[in-house]
Amino acid sequence: MFLINCPYCGERDQQEFKAGGEAHIVRPKQPTELSDDEWAEYLFMRKNIKGVQFERWNHVHGCRKWFNMVRDTSNDEIKAIYKMGEKPPSQ
Amino acid sequence: MRNKYSVFSLIKNALTYHENWQRAWKDPAPKKDYDAVIVGGGGHGLATAYYLAKKHNMNNIAVVEKGWIGGGNTGRNTTIIRSNYLWDASAGLYDHALKIWEGLSQELNYNVMFSQRGVMNLAHNLQDVRDLKRRTHANRLNGIDAVYLSTEEVKKFCPIINTSPDIRYPVLGGTLQRRAGTARHDAVAWGYARGADAMGVDIIQNCEVKGIKRNGDSVEGIETTKGFIKTKKVGVVAAGHSSVIANMAGLRLPLESKPLQALVSEPVKPIIDTVVMSNAVHAYVSQSDKGELVIGAGTDDYVSYTQKGSHQIVEGTLNAILELYPIFSRMRMLRQWGGIVDICPDASPILSKTSIKGLYFNCGWGTGGFKATPGSGDLFAHTIANDEPHKLNAAFNLNRFVSGNLVDEHGAAAVAH
Repeated sequence: MFLINCPYCGERDQQEFKAGGEAHIVRPKQPTELSDDEWAEYLFMRKNIKGVQFERWNHVHGCRKWFNMVRDTSNDEIKAIYKMGEKPPSQ
Repeated sequence: MRNKYSVFSLIKNALTYHENWQRAWKDPAPKKDYDAVIVGGGGHGLATAYYLAKKHNMNNIAVVEKGWIGGGNTGRNTTIIRSNYLWDASAGLYDHALKIWEGLSQELNYNVMFSQRGVMNLAHNLQDVRDLKRRTHANRLNGIDAVYLSTEEVKKFCPIINTSPDIRYPVLGGTLQRRAGTARHDAVAWGYARGADAMGVDIIQNCEVKGIKRNGDSVEGIETTKGFIKTKKVGVVAAGHSSVIANMAGLRLPLESKPLQALVSEPVKPIIDTVVMSNAVHAYVSQSDKGELVIGAGTDDYVSYTQKGSHQIVEGTLNAILELYPIFSRMRMLRQWGGIVDICPDASPILSKTSIKGLYFNCGWGTGGFKATPGSGDLFAHTIANDEPHKLNAAFNLNRFVSGNLVDEHGAAAVAH
């Protein structure tokens, strides 16, 4: 449990948010060209990092907007928050 | 030579104030070279080593554990054992484990306190009723004992449940597996460790894996905090940290690691003599032999390795518990903790070879791995020894995420995720 600084609403309790998993997984541009291995990689395989991870979150009980977060999963410390479409900070 | 535990050894040691018990396992330094190394000294890892030595005559093997054995999820789960899963593949896997549980204390000469007190799953809405009836039929076709109970039968089996029709989510029925129950989780790790150690397995604690050395597409050994260990076969049984080890080998797994919480109450006199689970309202409870209520809460929805978990998850579970068991309203909770569970997209485990020769993974047990400990160890040992899966774990390969042959057990997994 921690506080999240929503880029649209400000600091709120984590209970208001929904985690959306790993960020920056690019949807395949040519889905019909993809092999089964590539589909598996896109759909299921995750980095699941212990340490600094880039994630998507949704302020589901607030503004309902999606945004990105850089968080250390070993201690839940939030390193950075940035809007969708913005360039991720270099870590 | 390993001394056998018996009533006579108990009397003999009582006479010397229990000061001369033999060590249950040694504390060896790692050798330079092993035929196989198991990464992770929890129940599954120790069971794997035990069956490798016992059934496959692989005695020059080691288990490396970064902390102490049984100190991870083995010592953190709510000890529930059952096999009432929906699909044929899962029924085969979990019932294989349940059959081993039934003779495990005798086999290990170690009392794992396996108690077949029954596990009851409750239905709270029409869809629950349909799903549980379907699962009961599927179980019976697979030779697993399961019965469907009416609301009255639920009340009769566990009288403290509030079956009043005016509660928020009334109890409409339930299923019961009588062969299911609980066991003492620490004893499972200790019993397997003692058994494996007696057959020559080195159990190396406080030894963290730092890297996996590869030669092209095959494993050459592991880098640990106690130095390099050469081996051609590495079986990874690292639960929530499976992805961390996989990343060392340049692999990605279909896993997300999340905190799962549990809590126990102060000890009280016997009040609930079975295990009651409710997926819909997310509450499950049993009573330990010490008298504590053992309560399982849910997972958080974000990836975390903190072994903590959020407060509102516990609150939600306790709300449901109090609605179902008003008698517990003044119980005080003593301890709460979290464990990191590795969740697969289909809520089924992975016991599989990988694209790297000699590297095997046993992971993805998510929120319900304890029940499978003996079966998982047995089948994973078979997979490592023969470099081929046993027919019971063939469906639980990594390739199912490519082929699409998923084993969707979200309905039978106790914790919604």
